[in-house]
Amino acid sequence: MKTAEEIHTLLKEKFNDKIIELNSITPVEPFIVVDPLIIHEVCFYLRDDNDLQFNSLMNLSGVDNANGEKKPEVDGSITISGGTLSVVYHLESTELKHKLKIKVFTPRENPEVQSVADVWRCADWHEREAYDLIGINFLNHPDLRRILMPYDWEAGHPLRKDYKNPEFYHGMKVPY
Amino acid sequence: MGLLDKQFSDDNIVITTAEDLFNWARLSSLWQVSFGLACCAIEMMATSASHYDFDRFGVIPRPSPRQSDVIIVSGTVTLKMALRIKRLYEQMPDPKYVISMGSCSNCGGPYWEHGYHVLKGVDRVIPVDVYVPGCPPRPEALLEGLMKLQEKIRNESLVKKSA
Repeated sequence: MKTAEEIHTLLKEKFNDKIIELNSITPVEPFIVVDPLIIHEVCFYLRDDNDLQFNSLMNLSGVDNANGEKKPEVDGSITISGGTLSVVYHLESTELKHKLKIKVFTPRENPEVQSVADVWRCADWHEREAYDLIGINFLNHPDLRRILMPYDWEAGHPLRKDYKNPEFYHGMKVPY
Repeated sequence: MGLLDKQFSDDNIVITTAEDLFNWARLSSLWQVSFGLACCAIEMMATSASHYDFDRFGVIPRPSPRQSDVIIVSGTVTLKMALRIKRLYEQMPDPKYVISMGSCSNCGGPYWEHGYHVLKGVDRVIPVDVYVPGCPPRPEALLEGLMKLQEKIRNESLVKKSA
């Protein structure tokens, strides 16, 4: 069993500056921030290393941090430019009984994160959900399509904080 | 107005109007599309099960819309599903009826404001005969809705187009 601090030291030794920081400010559980373009390799290491054995991805979720420049529109909505989106990975080792949170931050304008679908198969649909609702592009994903919204949904990604719902979808009025 | 209030003039002969006969036949065997959407569908299944026994009203779930008379829209109609519901409805042969079950299907329910994916009422895509309120409605409420529909069919006319 290893703590987040110990895992951070291990990762830091192996990947150097691609491991950006360890955040262990309470009351939030400690998490490690990783470069989005190395996450695939890091995850393989976390899964296969004998001292870590993270064999289970409990959850993978996309987050809109909404930390860019907010511009109010005439209709009361806002548009956000700049800032970041992030992906959060919750890992567990069922063998060694330890857990880990990893975050990657990616720019809102061009959100690209490496896919981990070939590390844990369950990441496939989780990543499709994050793509569908937040709009994060997962590089080398086997089948990056929308999973919840209709395939022909053109209004964007609904869980973005500056999302605007369309008036009509296939002739059906959408607002109340 | 039913069949049995007419005179029996002889053994095995019942006199009635064609209209009443058709209406009676239609309202007594409303076969529903075997189809459910959300938590309302659980209540609908409970209504079909032995305790509430939908079958005593002649309601039997059919696996194909082409053999069905009524579609019970039981649950949240997402925009993605709305297109499919419309197609299911169009595949049903006339005469066909629609029961909208629960708040979601009536008007969007709890998703009315922030439900980016929810159609705010199934009546935006297909014509609804009976609305059953509730979230979800109890089986008694659905039975009441069905009886309202039967009442509506009982008063239909073959020549006068209703609704």
